[in-house]
Amino acid sequence: MKKSSLFGLLALVIRRDLLLAMRRRADVLTTLIFFVMVVSLFPLGVGPEMDMLRKMASGVVWVAALLASMLSLPRMFSADYADGTLEQMLLAPQSLSVLVLGKIVAHWMLSGLPLALIAPVLGLQFDMSAPALWTLVLALLLGTPVLSMIGAVGAALTLGLRGGGVLVSLLVLPLCIPVLIFGAGAVEAVTSGMSVVSNLSFLGAFMLFALVFTPFVAAQALRISME
Amino acid sequence: MLEVGNLACSRGDHRLFSGLSFSLHPGQIMQVQGANGSGKTSLLRTLCGFLSPDEGEIRWRGERVGDLGEDYYAELLYLGHLNAIKDELNALENLQMSAGLAGYTLSEQDAIAVLRRMGLQRREHLPVRVLSQGQRRRVALARLLTTDAHLWILDEPLTALDVGAVGLMQELIGEHLSKGGMAIFTTHQPLQVSGVETRQLALS
Repeated sequence: MKKSSLFGLLALVIRRDLLLAMRRRADVLTTLIFFVMVVSLFPLGVGPEMDMLRKMASGVVWVAALLASMLSLPRMFSADYADGTLEQMLLAPQSLSVLVLGKIVAHWMLSGLPLALIAPVLGLQFDMSAPALWTLVLALLLGTPVLSMIGAVGAALTLGLRGGGVLVSLLVLPLCIPVLIFGAGAVEAVTSGMSVVSNLSFLGAFMLFALVFTPFVAAQALRISME
Repeated sequence: MLEVGNLACSRGDHRLFSGLSFSLHPGQIMQVQGANGSGKTSLLRTLCGFLSPDEGEIRWRGERVGDLGEDYYAELLYLGHLNAIKDELNALENLQMSAGLAGYTLSEQDAIAVLRRMGLQRREHLPVRVLSQGQRRRVALARLLTTDAHLWILDEPLTALDVGAVGLMQELIGEHLSKGGMAIFTTHQPLQVSGVETRQLALS
């Protein structure tokens, strides 16, 4: 029997969660379709006023992305909790934080990444310019991991609670406001001819900061939820 | 060696047990007995570190388990009420994944050999959700054959198992003890490992 390394554990957890999602595709698709629906409702509701749509585009996409990622959060740990796998994860002789990081990465690949990739198509409905679309994708790629990471802490804290799904949104959404502000701000800066560097730098900083702290905090929250 | 000193545990306001002391040496097996709700599962979960005891301490090889952390987990195998297997995966994938989480890699050949021994021939590639309760329990128990943990903590390992599988369990535990392992278990069914005296711990 060969002992596996920390990186091996990370890869294993990501592979496992992706495999499980492939066998249960509906969960992944609901998040994506929700995002597409919400964003598409705005042009229909507001009507063909291009100036107005262009102005609100980035905000609408970001709010929809925020809500869509909330939708999949309660599932992050609940299936493993229900069938006892989480108990075994807590007893793993390796770092629980790394294991949680693996679950966060897998969650992002299944919820954040598809949103970022489909966003430019949705942006066309708002008559966004090409530079604005690119900035939107870049900002989503930097910002959605933060949503998954902060969300993991919320999901771990509310594990096993009745009505945990709503509670996790109430916990996590306020913490995601900075991401929303700088994410939407980046696109606004591009359309008004300013530099996007400061907004994107802030998003990058949030991501690094969350990367350092949230896996550890979520791991501790899981231990508390297990009692 | 596992030493438990003056352990007390409560759930909510209800004190389950207090002043509990015992020690378990290599090659020994202990059965925790008690009525429903007497705290058997809570005791086992406390030993695993899921619950923190109100009083007392648990020592593994002379050191407190809280200080040992992951070094203790590496020598521990816990099998709870829940099977910890995924319905969407097949038996083979489940076994390999749980081995991976426990920190070692298991080759497909070894995994198949283990599943054969557990009586799951030709079930290796079926999704676990189509298996019966007893077969799912066998998939979960297959972990016992892949681990090199010294301390086995088994909560009701015999649920849903047929006579043949119970015999196999006795055999597995016997092998484990003869290699210097230790086991603590709860069960409402008779479980007798040949050649070894099962110590009893009664919770009231």
